[in-house]
Amino acid sequence: MIRIIPKLEIKGPNLVKGIHLEGLRVVGNPRDYAASYYLDGADELLYIDVVASLYGRNNLLDIISETAKNIFIPLTVGGGIRSINDINNILRAGADKVAINTAAINRPDLIKEAANRFGSQCVVISIEAKRREGGGYEAYTDNGRERTGVDVFDWAKKAVDLGAGEILVTSIDREGTGKGMDVDLISKISESVPVPVIACGGAGSKEHFLEAINKGKADAVCAASVFHYHQLYSKDMDVECKKEGNIEFLSRDQRVRKFLPSTIQPMDIRELKSFLTEEGVCCRVLFKQKQESEVKHDA
Amino acid sequence: MKLSMTPKQKVTVAVVDYGLGNLFSIERALKHIGADCLITDNKDAIINCERVILPGVGAFADAMKGLEAKGLIGALNKIAEKKVPLLGICLGMQLMMTESEEFGRHNGLGLVCGKVVRLQETPSLEARTKVPHIGWNTINGSDGSRWEKTMLEGLENGEFMYFVHSYAVMPDEYSCVLATTTYGKDKFCSVMATGSIMGCQFHPEKSAEAGLGILRKFVFNNFDGYA
Repeated sequence: MIRIIPKLEIKGPNLVKGIHLEGLRVVGNPRDYAASYYLDGADELLYIDVVASLYGRNNLLDIISETAKNIFIPLTVGGGIRSINDINNILRAGADKVAINTAAINRPDLIKEAANRFGSQCVVISIEAKRREGGGYEAYTDNGRERTGVDVFDWAKKAVDLGAGEILVTSIDREGTGKGMDVDLISKISESVPVPVIACGGAGSKEHFLEAINKGKADAVCAASVFHYHQLYSKDMDVECKKEGNIEFLSRDQRVRKFLPSTIQPMDIRELKSFLTEEGVCCRVLFKQKQESEVKHDA
Repeated sequence: MKLSMTPKQKVTVAVVDYGLGNLFSIERALKHIGADCLITDNKDAIINCERVILPGVGAFADAMKGLEAKGLIGALNKIAEKKVPLLGICLGMQLMMTESEEFGRHNGLGLVCGKVVRLQETPSLEARTKVPHIGWNTINGSDGSRWEKTMLEGLENGEFMYFVHSYAVMPDEYSCVLATTTYGKDKFCSVMATGSIMGCQFHPEKSAEAGLGILRKFVFNNFDGYA
């Protein structure tokens, strides 16, 4: 059963989106997007605090608990998690799993400690992979800013040995480009580890999802742009954002389209799942969409 | 104990806290459907609630030790005796069985006869099934009217639920099996019910609107007369 997971990158109070994990733009209020994805049949949500080191954690905890109040699917949260205490706070706020990158690379034993304390099922190791000039992939940290010199596949295996329950692999080269997912990277990770692999980075069309699943053997596909832009254009998102960050992008006129890479075809999760189902991929389809009205956007 | 409930009446659900697992999402889901929720390790409080949920994530033996250390095994037996509807979720469902084979052999609460067994891994790359079984899967077995007047009432056969587990229950009596789920080579019991004792292997509190529907039925349905 393949999972489709929208990724919500959070900066301060806002949902943002960038290209190559940089050049962040504000796209709206994370709560509205999350509620909409829930109703559209998202299988999980992934929240990433992209500037965790710059803001206090309370902001993120507030966003998580607001989200968790009305959304009853698994929630994974990552960004700046350094300690067992951080994990505990995030789980208490309503998350089901945490995604850890930098802190685990710096101190791999954190994986073991977290798995022992909270169970492997709640420890997702997030790997930011960048293709090496001479072949192979190197793991990066801090949203693709810092090199580690660590080989992605060795690291994935080690993380699983230490107790990681899932591997989230993001291609830094493809992230935000819509040029397709790095199938080579995904399939090598899937072959290297016995735990579920969540593929992320580069999905611009439905076919890209299908490739990651069929050729990459991904257990789940995570994407942001294709879903966010769909929300922004067709659902007339209420874009009341805090005046912080680059919000120029949001002024809904001709300029908006200009920002959208031509490779990205905005789509609804339902449309995507119908397509995948027709292609023979097993995924969860909602039986009852009429219950939509029951979910309120709690203020 | 006579309970005739409609969603308007106040129902307090005790969520048994024995030091394992994330109870906050169960609490949030219960509040969302309009129930009062009491997360507690107090025997008397548990015995006096109209509904009891036994949650759990983690290892079987640790969980039994946790219940024993807090002196809660007696309270759970009392709940079963009084026929107060009791719902075990995930590991909580497994604890209700006679015994488990997780890391050796351990006795459970014995509220339902049967055992807890490990799911099988299928290593072939073509149709690989990984254990733990994490993710969405369907529940089946409505067979006409079987789900009527149970907590699955109103659900479609093949509805999706969210699972996170490596073990599953095998009740001795097939009549206890309300729904099954297929994963790799295994077809396991994903929902059981016998009288006031109920269990689901998946997490209804994480299974979107369909899961909330199960909790609603568990909390607000009248289960009197089902023995």
